[in-house]
Amino acid sequence: MAMTSMRPHRRRAPIGRIVFIGIYLLFVLVPLYWMFITSIKPSDDYLAVPPVWFPKAPTLVHYTAALFAYRGLQGIINSLIISLSATVLSAFLGTLMAYSLARFNTGGKHLAFWVLSQRFLPPVAIVLPIFLIYRMFGLHDTYIGMIIAYTVFTLPVSVWMMFAYFRGIPKSMEEAALVDGCSRWLSFRKIALPLAIPGIVAAAIFAFIACWTEFFFALILTSRYTFTLPTVFRAFLGFQGAQYGEASALAIVSLVPSIVLGTLVQKHLVRGLTLGAVRG
Amino acid sequence: MTTVKITDLEKEYHGVRALRGIDLEVEDGEFVVLVGPSGCGKSTLLRMIAGLEDITGGTIAIDGEIVNDMRPRDRNVAMVFQDYALYPHMTVEKNIGFALRARKIPESEIATRVDTTTRMLGIGALHQRYPRQLSGGQRQRVAIGRAIVRDARLFLFDEPLSNLDAQLRDDMRAEIKRLHQDLGRTMIYVTHDQIEAMTLADRIVLLRDGVIEQEGSPLDLYERPNSKFVAGFLGSPKMNFIPGTILGRDITLAGGMKLPLPPHFKNAKQKDVIIGLRPQHISVAGKTVASGHAHVPVTIELVQPTGSRSHVTFPLGGVASVAEVDVHDVKSPGEKIALDINMTRAIIIDPQSEKVI
Repeated sequence: MAMTSMRPHRRRAPIGRIVFIGIYLLFVLVPLYWMFITSIKPSDDYLAVPPVWFPKAPTLVHYTAALFAYRGLQGIINSLIISLSATVLSAFLGTLMAYSLARFNTGGKHLAFWVLSQRFLPPVAIVLPIFLIYRMFGLHDTYIGMIIAYTVFTLPVSVWMMFAYFRGIPKSMEEAALVDGCSRWLSFRKIALPLAIPGIVAAAIFAFIACWTEFFFALILTSRYTFTLPTVFRAFLGFQGAQYGEASALAIVSLVPSIVLGTLVQKHLVRGLTLGAVRG
Repeated sequence: MTTVKITDLEKEYHGVRALRGIDLEVEDGEFVVLVGPSGCGKSTLLRMIAGLEDITGGTIAIDGEIVNDMRPRDRNVAMVFQDYALYPHMTVEKNIGFALRARKIPESEIATRVDTTTRMLGIGALHQRYPRQLSGGQRQRVAIGRAIVRDARLFLFDEPLSNLDAQLRDDMRAEIKRLHQDLGRTMIYVTHDQIEAMTLADRIVLLRDGVIEQEGSPLDLYERPNSKFVAGFLGSPKMNFIPGTILGRDITLAGGMKLPLPPHFKNAKQKDVIIGLRPQHISVAGKTVASGHAHVPVTIELVQPTGSRSHVTFPLGGVASVAEVDVHDVKSPGEKIALDINMTRAIIIDPQSEKVI
């Protein structure tokens, strides 16, 4: 055992890691930055050569146009109503179903995976039949219709995430509650549920983002009353050319909920995602 | 007065028969230990008594009342789990008081009972701590506290000491024994550790592959095992098993060595046998050979000192055998020494049936 191995050697600066992260950041931040300045540029500057890095006369006219003339604000309100409702329903029902699957082995070996497999279905395949059914029942262009559709659409992932999460919580605590004097329901409400909160938060965030950004079903199933935010962007691609300023403005606005949510719950998000995965 | 009577109990799941034809009676105030190797069904049996597992066949009766279909909460049993199963989002005080609150007992009474319990267990200062802030031994005490605060009629322990380090296990074992002495309740305790079984039990029930191999007091099972399995399971270090053949008044081992037949052995017909010898019955040879003993010269292969004693390994009849001697008698491997084998304490096993004869 040579003496030299005892000396701590200097750590080389992780150049590779810095470069890699730097490139990735550029990839993410540059488009965001461009989008932001496009939203405040006067129209002439959009495609100017050389490119305008910061407009000399920033304007908010695109924001007001996007929100009011193009009815972006109504789209945001509709999206909020629909996405929040669907998220709450999806998290609630998903948690109950996942608990049943995890603790009582409902449906035997295959039900859990079958639920997840619903996500594999291409939306294209079923959107037309759903459209026809909705028209038949008067659900087209209604909040209820969209909430139902989005709940069903996000349920598989909610169930799967909570299923993995509940499997990671040892049964013994709920069993101790049963022996201590709880009914099945009480042991769920007082023991399992409080411990599942991080998982529920993670599942809810995923569901919300999925609903907030969903375009295809919204396009087919909504019209002038309940149109959602993503569908508003269609209007910016007109015959006259694209309204880059308005599109960028609306895009920036639609980022806000995701960023706010993400920041608030990032601690729970990682915990919720990995806890189910690590335990067997 | 709490008695438990289990009759012809069966448990089957996924086509596997985990328990078969279990008959067991536990008397009031008795400390019964269910012990056996992994997978023998002891935990399953305990959980069936608690009501956490369904019963496939047979009956379980507590105080004369059949509880097969009774929910755990109605059976009035308390259970201590292997991983303590403390509620992580509640303080120690809330953990222990949980059962009392579930039964809607008035808060003032809850406070008194929780206080008494924690003081009894030496955790009175930890009321406001959360489980994650406690050491293993403290968590164990909270788990036990949660069980005893309820004043249940039957206490069930599912390998409660498995997760503790050796020193702590020794301490907690003594505390559980003291607890039983103080409370006098009927207790059923599951473990795979034969030392726990020997030290804690009024009666041991040794299980293997879903059936009861033997039951009785610790001394009964230790001195009068009825099979090779029971003989080898209890006692540390493990009993030595040496095959031999009876010729006349001696047993001949592989290699030609002869040992005298134990005086109590009467079976005239048996030829091939397995001799069961406890390491404690092999010692360093003195000057004279007592009746029923034999002196054998051996070469020591392995020396494992344990303080005042030493476990030495040597070949006997082709089998690596262990003797327990004074630590000063044998110092290093390779030593040639004469050992005294006390055949009057040996048991004889039939190689086919593995039963003691």
